[in-house]
Amino acid sequence: MAEEVKLFKTLSSPFALRVDWALRLKGIQYESVLEDLSDKSDLLLQNNPVYKKVPVLLHNGQSISESLIILEYIEETWKQDPLLPQDPYARARARFWAKFGDDKVLPSLWTAFISEGKEQEAALAEASENLQKLEGELNGKKFFGGDNIGYLDIALGWLANLITVLEEISSLKLVDGERFPLLLAWMKEFSDVPLIKDCWPPHDKLIPRFIAHRQVYRMKPSST
Amino acid sequence: MAKGGEVKLIGGWPSPFVMRPRIALNLKGLEYEFLEEKFGAKSELLLRSNPVHKKIPVLLHADRPVCESLVIVQYIDEAWPSSGPSILPSDPYDRATARFWAAYIDEKWFPSMSGIARAQGEEAKKAAIDLVVEGLSLLEDAFGKISKGKPFFGGDTIGFLDIALGCFLGWVRVTERTQGLKLLDQAKVPGLAKWAERFCADSAVKGVMPETEKLAEFAKLIMAKFGAPPPQ
Repeated sequence: MAEEVKLFKTLSSPFALRVDWALRLKGIQYESVLEDLSDKSDLLLQNNPVYKKVPVLLHNGQSISESLIILEYIEETWKQDPLLPQDPYARARARFWAKFGDDKVLPSLWTAFISEGKEQEAALAEASENLQKLEGELNGKKFFGGDNIGYLDIALGWLANLITVLEEISSLKLVDGERFPLLLAWMKEFSDVPLIKDCWPPHDKLIPRFIAHRQVYRMKPSST
Repeated sequence: MAKGGEVKLIGGWPSPFVMRPRIALNLKGLEYEFLEEKFGAKSELLLRSNPVHKKIPVLLHADRPVCESLVIVQYIDEAWPSSGPSILPSDPYDRATARFWAAYIDEKWFPSMSGIARAQGEEAKKAAIDLVVEGLSLLEDAFGKISKGKPFFGGDTIGFLDIALGCFLGWVRVTERTQGLKLLDQAKVPGLAKWAERFCADSAVKGVMPETEKLAEFAKLIMAKFGAPPPQ
């Protein structure tokens, strides 16, 4: 079956990484197209005219944007190795927490990373509160998905990937073992899963990129 | 009445987000108890049911809470699959398209609407209005492609994307009135203008769409009390 599956991504995009993980979990053959965000390809602009961002999944000529939406598309198109639980209530919870991760956890951690002084202090406090809620949601499970990784692990997996990078650059301790033992354990378990490990972006490549990202944001006039 | 246990919805009549699950429940023909929150004072039940965000709407199904309006709508679709029409389309690509535009509406378009009331000065106001009009033009285009000549984004019946956008129509009308604008302009967005009328006239929507007059009064109250437009 010759199916065309292409993923437009960058090396450092945590959102694109989610799609890599989902495709691999389902054993789908795909081609990665690495984008240079300072010089976006025509194909990317054509396939994501509204946001002009990565990731974009191209499947048999149809394009899907927005990483969590792409995950649901993958789930519904390729039914093997389900990412979401069957039960509607459990599915609703997984979607709720994935949204919480994107709407609250990520922005607060990002702000803590790029800001300084009082703003950073406030962002750190908010980030800690948000992380505490995730800690509670783990509640003794190995993964958010239970015994195996699923949609929510993939949606929150950027934590496992980026926290060490952000901590190293900023010298902040964002996820410490004292306050977040379950989260820290999960981060390790998640990054040890073989197919996750296989496409882990190299730490030394991410460091300079995120230093550069922080520079760009620090230079922007205050808005957030 | 469809089986499935007791259904309650914690919400408030002015909230477009609360309207979403109400429309979904109506489409499915499901009865529910509407627990109306008093504005400015959150109930114990709300705080207990949505400790993370402390916001409405919250669906309680056999006392288990589901939060976030679009998560709730999808839950309703999945928990009662054989009641009423499907809310999300059946094809994965169509589902992704519906979800994409619903997310765009929540993350870009509706915030741009609130931007109009918040804008200070003529230039800022014009820029804010232009942003909303630009968004409507994108949505008009999307409507043409997605509806394929049918009355709704969802086809013959109201679907996920109709609900996601339609819930804001009351506030669109309030904005038009208070700002002296025509946003759903027949000339500029003919598809959406006609869709809006059909949506508001639908039996699943009629009873839960607040009257523009009542909503405008509520908006005035908020402005007076908080000096700012209603929160998202």
